[in-house]
Amino acid sequence: MSRLRHPTEDPIWAKVLILVIVAAFLASVLILPMVTVFFEALRRGLPAALEAIGTEDARDAIKLTLITAAITVPFNVVFGICASWAVAKYEFPLKPFLITLIDLPFSVSPVVAGLIYVLVFGAQGWFGPWLIDHDIKIIFAIPGIVLATIFVTFPFVARELIPLMQEQGVDEEEAAVSMGASGLRTFWSVTAPNIRWGLLYGVLLCNARAMGEFGAVSVVSGHIRGLTNTMPLHVEILYNEYDFVGAFAVAALLCFLAVVTLVLKTLLEIAQPPSRPGRH
Amino acid sequence: MGVTLAILSLIVLIPLSAVALKASEQSWQEFFQAAFNERALTAYRLSFGAALIAAAINGVFGLLTAWALVRYQFPLKSLVNGIIDLPFALPTAVAGIALATLYAPNGWIGALLAPAGLKVAYTPLGVVVALTFIGLPFVVRTLEPVMRDLAADVEEAAASLGATRLDTILRVILPALAPAWMTGFALAFARAVGEYGSVIFIAGNMPYKSEIAPLLIIIELEQYDYAGAATIAVVMLSVSFLMLFVINAIQAWARRLAA
Repeated sequence: MSRLRHPTEDPIWAKVLILVIVAAFLASVLILPMVTVFFEALRRGLPAALEAIGTEDARDAIKLTLITAAITVPFNVVFGICASWAVAKYEFPLKPFLITLIDLPFSVSPVVAGLIYVLVFGAQGWFGPWLIDHDIKIIFAIPGIVLATIFVTFPFVARELIPLMQEQGVDEEEAAVSMGASGLRTFWSVTAPNIRWGLLYGVLLCNARAMGEFGAVSVVSGHIRGLTNTMPLHVEILYNEYDFVGAFAVAALLCFLAVVTLVLKTLLEIAQPPSRPGRH
Repeated sequence: MGVTLAILSLIVLIPLSAVALKASEQSWQEFFQAAFNERALTAYRLSFGAALIAAAINGVFGLLTAWALVRYQFPLKSLVNGIIDLPFALPTAVAGIALATLYAPNGWIGALLAPAGLKVAYTPLGVVVALTFIGLPFVVRTLEPVMRDLAADVEEAAASLGATRLDTILRVILPALAPAWMTGFALAFARAVGEYGSVIFIAGNMPYKSEIAPLLIIIELEQYDYAGAATIAVVMLSVSFLMLFVINAIQAWARRLAA
């Protein structure tokens, strides 16, 4: 005796077929690549992988990546709050233009993002001669790496906060101010609690991208080992030198970081389910 | 507000205009020569063509994935749901070396395809694989909320009026998903066009064959041809702007449709 199928349910054969196709697709595009990273990293055992992560060049790369993220993320938090505040709470001409500018880094090629800073700060660039005279290095140095990373991670926090702030409107803040709260107090007691989950979410994605950015950083870094080499760039160098265990060991570390990011992201979504389409 | 504008100008606007200015230092003839020579044209064709194919692949499989996630119950569902966002979280260079190893002739998947005469890594096909990886979450994550909000009563009405399940899906469900599907497709395409990190390891990077446009910028930079690099960047930026415009137009259209 077979149970009758609900009219809005797919037939069982269709379900099985779709699930098999989806499983095969996800396995070949997402899951197997991730398994490959750990498998290749451990090909010669755990000690060899740990040794590759422990070399001086690798440790310098890890340090630089952490420094870059430590500058980029707070900067983008402050900017993201300012930008979303301006967009959500004020009316002004050119607002759509401002939003487009905030979104722009999402659709600009990372290589172009690196190139623009080379053209401005590079030796042949606008400020190149002046910078050389004053012995300031931006391109092929850490400031360039930070700048390029800030550019590509620019929209993450602002994009999360703009819809949240727009939803809330200005009523609560106006009430707080009219009852005598100072601007800062209003922000901490009224605005901040409303945006904290979105802010955390934005910070998480911003941090993941900041630590993993490759294209933009690759253009401005100059690949100087121990000096301007971030973890993703170090992966490239080792890989091109056919040191696959080393490359995949550092890659596994980055992959582990990505998994942690995804777990935290899932937890955040349980804390506050997303409802907006088209988020990045 | 003033702070926002100041920072935006400093970090986005001024550097971007530097590209346009650098490119405009040349005569028109030089510009066209740099922008549309044979090698550049082949690179655009590969970047745009592969991005288009990858977005189409994601359009099909992303749709099925989103459907399975929203409508079906299966084991490890929350794990699968979490892993969809991997391309957002995984550094592109890591994805690049992993895909190149996996799809190389002696890799796990590459070895399966090799007897069929199918070479993926170090060919334009490899570029498509990498761009598919990069674009997948855009399609799935744009479709999911819209699918979840689909009203069940319309489907029930169609079924009670005698429509077969296939009819209901083709005539009721898919049209309702069209705007979100197109947005996801456009987002995946826009991201794929400029992608660099995940592609260069698997592409082979042969001039006139498997060289993507962003790589061409890097090559010209390495030869200190700043104007040439800026020229290709201008072409790619124009496409980025166009894509932003298209995506906004689709979303505005979807909002009108929903209202």
